[in-house]
Formats: sequence, structure tokens, C-alpha cells
Amino acid sequence: MKTTRRNFIQQTALFTSVFTLGFDWFESKGAEMAIANEPGRFNAFLSIDALGKIRLYSPNPEIGQGIKTAFPVVVAEELDVDWKQVEVLQANLDTQNFERQLTGGSGALKHSWERLRKAGASVRQMMVQAAANQWKVDANVCKTSKGFVLGPSGQKASYGSLAAEAAKLPVPATVTFKDRKDYKIIGTRVRGVDNKSIVTGKPVFGIDVRKPGMVFAQIVRPPFGATLKSFSAEDVKKMPGIIDVVSFKNKVAIVGSSTYEILQARQNLTCSYTSEAALESNDTHQAWFDAGMKSDKATVQRKDGDFAKAISEAAKVIEATYECPFISHSPMEPMNFFADVKPGSVLLAGPTQVPQPAQKAVATLLGVPENTIQVELTKMGGGFGRRLSNDFALEAAELSSIIKKPVLVMWTREDDMGGGTYRPAVRYHFKAGIDAKGNLTAFYLRGVGLNAGNSTRQDNFPVGAIDNVLIESVDQKSAVTTGPWRAPITNFLGFAEQAFLDEVAEAAGKDPIQMRLDMLTRVKTNPVGKITYEPDRFAEVIKQVAEKSQWKKKPGVHQGFSVYYSHFSYVAQVAEVQMKNGKAQVTQVTAVTDCGEVINLSGAENQVKGAIIDGMGHAMFAKLNFQAGVTSPTNFNAYRMIRGNEVPKIDAYFVDNGISPTGLGEPALPPTGGSIANAIYAATKKRFYKQPFY
Amino acid sequence: MAITLTINRKKVSLDIDSNTPLLWALRDHVGLLGTKFGCGIAQCGACTVWVNGEATRSCVLPISAVANAQITTIEGLNPAGKHPIQEAWDELDVAQCGYCQAGQIMTAAALLKKNPHPSKQEIVDGMAGNICRCGTYHRIQEAVALASKKVKK
Repeated sequence: MKTTRRNFIQQTALFTSVFTLGFDWFESKGAEMAIANEPGRFNAFLSIDALGKIRLYSPNPEIGQGIKTAFPVVVAEELDVDWKQVEVLQANLDTQNFERQLTGGSGALKHSWERLRKAGASVRQMMVQAAANQWKVDANVCKTSKGFVLGPSGQKASYGSLAAEAAKLPVPATVTFKDRKDYKIIGTRVRGVDNKSIVTGKPVFGIDVRKPGMVFAQIVRPPFGATLKSFSAEDVKKMPGIIDVVSFKNKVAIVGSSTYEILQARQNLTCSYTSEAALESNDTHQAWFDAGMKSDKATVQRKDGDFAKAISEAAKVIEATYECPFISHSPMEPMNFFADVKPGSVLLAGPTQVPQPAQKAVATLLGVPENTIQVELTKMGGGFGRRLSNDFALEAAELSSIIKKPVLVMWTREDDMGGGTYRPAVRYHFKAGIDAKGNLTAFYLRGVGLNAGNSTRQDNFPVGAIDNVLIESVDQKSAVTTGPWRAPITNFLGFAEQAFLDEVAEAAGKDPIQMRLDMLTRVKTNPVGKITYEPDRFAEVIKQVAEKSQWKKKPGVHQGFSVYYSHFSYVAQVAEVQMKNGKAQVTQVTAVTDCGEVINLSGAENQVKGAIIDGMGHAMFAKLNFQAGVTSPTNFNAYRMIRGNEVPKIDAYFVDNGISPTGLGEPALPPTGGSIANAIYAATKKRFYKQPFY
Repeated sequence: MAITLTINRKKVSLDIDSNTPLLWALRDHVGLLGTKFGCGIAQCGACTVWVNGEATRSCVLPISAVANAQITTIEGLNPAGKHPIQEAWDELDVAQCGYCQAGQIMTAAALLKKNPHPSKQEIVDGMAGNICRCGTYHRIQEAVALASKKVKK
């Protein structure tokens, strides 16, 4: 394939409420690379020095999705080196040399696959050329293996010995990628590059940032919708270890020399608030859902055929309403961020999924040029979308600019759970019409979300298989802050839709798997309108999960099926429930995923199993309540997180098709609530319409 | 008045409020950052250390209560990462984000010290107090079982 040396220019990565990522492939003409001052730095992703040290740079923030291992695996494969030879380093924010340096939307591998392969393959070819020149042979007769170039007469030269000469060569105009049958690293189980640091307790997270002269701070934030009227700082300031108490943007920051001293002082702080409108409670949200369902101002997201006519002619009509509450991201590492704002320079350090927007936002906030702001990326103790909103980074920067000190702002668990950018609460109403033959002829969905934007995914399955469709959304504004939560919208829509289709299949007298396959056959031959998914790939994961799970062939086991397409990947699941002492117990989930090429099998399994456990735990237990703008519960004693003695056995399989890789951090979550709810229904004849189930 | 703690076999003298939880003493005053803050109310297990060899939640434990105790943190378990639990954690690639794992490892290592060859159910029960938000529970349980095989019978 054709390639030229690229400059890795950062293109815009703008976030909308559903975070559409915009990126472009720009090619530069020159052979120059901006990163030239490091010895042996061939491109943004790799350096090889004369001693043979091979360093691979992973640009994207690591939140546990395994990108810091997966990216270098791709480069190392095409570079053709032994994985044991490489050292992997986290790159800091570098807008000159990297693009899409962010974590979100399960988009990293899809975006960077070609770029990473080129980064490796072009340097491999330069090594080959350097050796061929030295041996005075044609490059075509040379091979590579484990970081060596091998010549036709038994010559052998290490990449390290060739690095100086190779670096002088022009970047090849075209590169040849490996045939996937020759992969030695891609698709194997590669251990996380940070494993050693983690098991020995190295300080690698945001909360571990320590800088000279640094102070600590905690910030008291107002209830949602409230304005800070006054606060009493005098008693707080007298407490030991307290350096300052300052207020900005309705918040009160307590600055001190240690966490415990701040926690103690905080108990003496009283704040009083006012509000123009009534502060929101659970009842407010229920009333808004009711109103949204009746509203004549819904936005039509999709219209195929004539739903009203089709439903009036249907032999059978099925209707159901589903509802999910606001939930917190609750990563194990609560929000925190370090900032040191000095005249002429700003240092930011900490866990953010989106460092460049942090840089931009802080530049705007402080009125300083972006290039005076340095952002150090730390490892993140989970993100799940919470660290896409840079509120915590902005707070730290603003506080540092006020107190004129380097400061680490720490959120307690209560701060984190009570001051989130929550998964929006949504209510869905579905209506389906079935003809006399049991075919689904009419389909209606209205989503009413609270700060959810468009709470539907109007071009996703089952759309495309049904002649008469009407999909509408209502977005009700709320003072409660929301944001992307792992698999935004689909984390709950997936459950509602897959549970509803299970009801439809039952009413139509069809097997739920066969019904999906029949619908996909129809999509393939004669799709209705625009669709976003590929019916063949959809059908394949369904067929494979039916086989792997022994669908309806296991006596005494109640099974539930679901399948969902998101982030360009397909995941089908069968959950199993067994009755134990009269209680339905989820004993197993079988998942088949098509995410294209699996880069790191170990990491891929981790993502699928983790997403299923995440989806199951939140579907069963998670709910935030609101009373006068204040959230409850506030900690893990009452906000139930799923634990290790509550997880079913999970078998994760992957479709081996060699298609370019797509997302995997999120896609296994959306089908989970549905497969489990459908299995519990199979066992108990009780359907769930609300999350949490229990 | 200063309190002397024994942390990872070293004596450390701290002149701080004796009510300070061990977690914050370790992190803010001793400079040992491997022990993590998760909830502050002994619910999640991220802050688990050993006190006289017993897995203990350090976020609610005042330093006044452990002045005469032997405290072991993740940094002191085996700095080279050669404890069977640490090796098993790496071999099975347990961690996703890794944040809770120091607490998981200290809980697991204490479990094996008491019961070197636990049954599957004993592992599940023994590890149930520690939350992992990434959902690495299967590999945690498998790694404890693997480590128990590395421990001599």
C-alpha cells in the first residue's frame, strides 16, 4: 500500500454529547519528523538506538482497557522484533506528533491500526535496506526475524547495529504488511506492560502524583442546581494543617498539607445555598418522564413506512416501558488532578481520558496559550467515561492559579459519587405489531432522557428489518450533570431493546435466535432504509453463540439470548440461570464477539469479561436517588458494586475473520442486561422493566 | 507526641495526629503510595495492608492502634515481585486498570499464608470483600489458585 512519511498531525477530536470523533488522515510530503532530537527516534511510535534498545511509545491514555500493551504489540509485529526486546513507554500529550491521543468511544485501534502497522513496517524496511546496502545485495533477498536482518549468504545484523545507517535512509514510499498467518505477537496472550509496577505497588496513578512544594486540596461542591450563598471559613482556617480556604464558581476549596487534616477541617465547614428553580428530586424526574412520554414535541429520529397504519392492522400488539436511573461511574480511583499554574507555564498531571481538551480548556480558562501548558499522563484507576469530562482538571488549574501553589485536588468517594457526570436517566416506550404469520411489521420507540441528547440509536438493528418504523426522542434538561458512561446510551438501550425483542419473539411464537436470524436474512436481501451494521457479521456471532452455548440443548438450564452492535463490533450472548433454593442464579454467560482482528487475546478476554460483569452489576444493583439536588447513596456501603462471589462463569469467544480491528472496551456491555433478564424470565416468568433489577 | 510505626520492617517516627488513619499516614507522611484510597469506610478493600500478618483495612485504622504492630504494605510484600501471588498475578495478566490490585494482592497473600491450599469456594469467599470495578474477579480467583500451587505442599 502507498504511504508517505506522515507528520502525525493532530486533527480535531471534538466531543459532542455522544462524542462523535472527527479525524482525518493528513499526509505530509517531507521526510522530516518532528521528534528528531532523541537518538534513534524513527517516528512518533518507536526508537531504536545503537545499543539495540527498542522503545515503543504508547500515546493513548491507559484506563485499564489495555491500550498501552495493544498499540505497541501492533508496532512490534510489523517491526518484526521479539516482544521481550521492547520497552514500552507512555507518551505525554504531544499534539505535534500524535493524533487522537484520547481514550473514548472504543475507537483507538480502529483509528490507529494502519498507522501503527506503518510505523513498524516502514522502519523494518529501512533496517532491511541499511543491511542490503552494507552487504551489497538486493533488499528483496533479505529477511527479518526477532530484531535481526538476515542476508542471503547467512549474514546477520541486529537492528541496533543498523540503526544509525537506517535513520539516514528515506522513508519507504510503500510498505508491505505481514500476512496475518505470519503473526507472532498479534493474537497471542501478551501480559500487560505495567503488570510488574502494579504488583509491586509502584506510584503510577494520578492520585500518586507528588511534586516539590505541592499542597493538597478538597473541594466542596454545591447540590445540583444550587448557588453558593455563603460559607464559614474562619473555624476551618484555624484547624491544624490548613493553609487556605478559597471559593470560586460556587465551590469552596480547603487547601492543606495533608489529606487527613483537610478531612477533619472539612467537618467544620458550613455552606448555605440558594436556588432559583426548585431543586430536583426523584419525583421531579418521574414527572418529567411522564410528561416526555405524552409530549407532542418529540424529535422524530427515524421513519420508515407508515407505523400508525401498520400497527392498526397488526394481528397482535406488544407494548412495554423500560426505565433506568442515573448511575455513577465510580472508578476505583476517585477523581483527582494536579495543577501547577505559574506565570508563563502550566503543568497539569493526572488521570484524564482526553488530555488535549484538558489543555485547551485550561488555556481558555486561564487565558494563556496552549503551548505553555504541559500535560503529563498518568495511569488511571478506571474511567468508564467519567474522565472524559475535564471538570476535575479545570478545578485544579483554577485553584492553583488562585493560591499560586502546585496543588493536588483529591475527591473523596462521597465527592466522586455525589458530583458525577452521570449516566443519564432514561425511560423507553416500545410498541410492536406482529402480522398473522408472526412477522414483525411495525416498530415504535420513544426515548425520554434527562440530559441524554438523542436517547435512541435509530439506525441500529432491528431497524432495517421492519417495514414500518417510528423512532422518536425527547431530551429533558436537568440540573444533574451527565456524560458518556461506558457504551453511552446503549448501555441501557441495549437491555431495553433486547428484553423487548424477547417478548416480541414469545408473542410471535418464535425462537428468539431464529427470529433475529430471519430478520437479518431479510436485511441482507432487502433492507429497509439506512442501516449502520453488516447483517452477515451480525448473523455470524448469533450462529456461533447458539452453537457454543448449546442453545436450548441443556436440560434444567434456563437460557436468555441477546445480541448488540456498537462501536463497530458485534457481541452475542447467551446467559444461563439455574434455580437454587427458589432463587434465580445467573450461572454462566457465553459471549461471541466480532471485533475484527484480536490484537492481544489476554486483553481482549479481559475487556469482554469485565464489560459483562460491569453490565450485570449495574443492571442488578445500581441506582442514584435525588433529594433537593443532592445524590444518595454516597459510598459503597449502600451503592452496591458487584463482587467476586456474585459473578457467573463467563466464556468469551472471538470470531476469527482478520477484518481490521474495531472497538472492544465497550461493545460487550450493551447486550448483558438483556441476556440476563431474558434468562431470568425463562426461569421465573418474571420480566424486568426497570434497572436496577434488585 | 511522635508515634513510631514499624512498616515493612523499618521503624518510622511520625509526629502527626494519632487519629490519622494508617492509609493517610502511609500515603501523605511516609511516602508509600502503593496502598490505595477507594472508599474511606472499609467497604472496598483497596487500602488493605497487613497488620501483624492479618489483612486489614488501613483507611479506618488510626495509627495509635498500630504503634506496636508489624505493618506490611504492597511495597514490602516482595519488592522484586517474586511472591507467588505477585507472580501469578503477572502470569495470568489479572489487572485491567490495576488500581484495586494492591489491596487484592495483600488480601490474597494473607489468605494463602493462613490457608496455603484453599478450595475454590474458600478463594471466592476469601476474596469477596475486595471490589474490582473493572471486573477482574475470575482472574483474581484463578491467580490465587495458581499461586497456591506454587506454594510448597
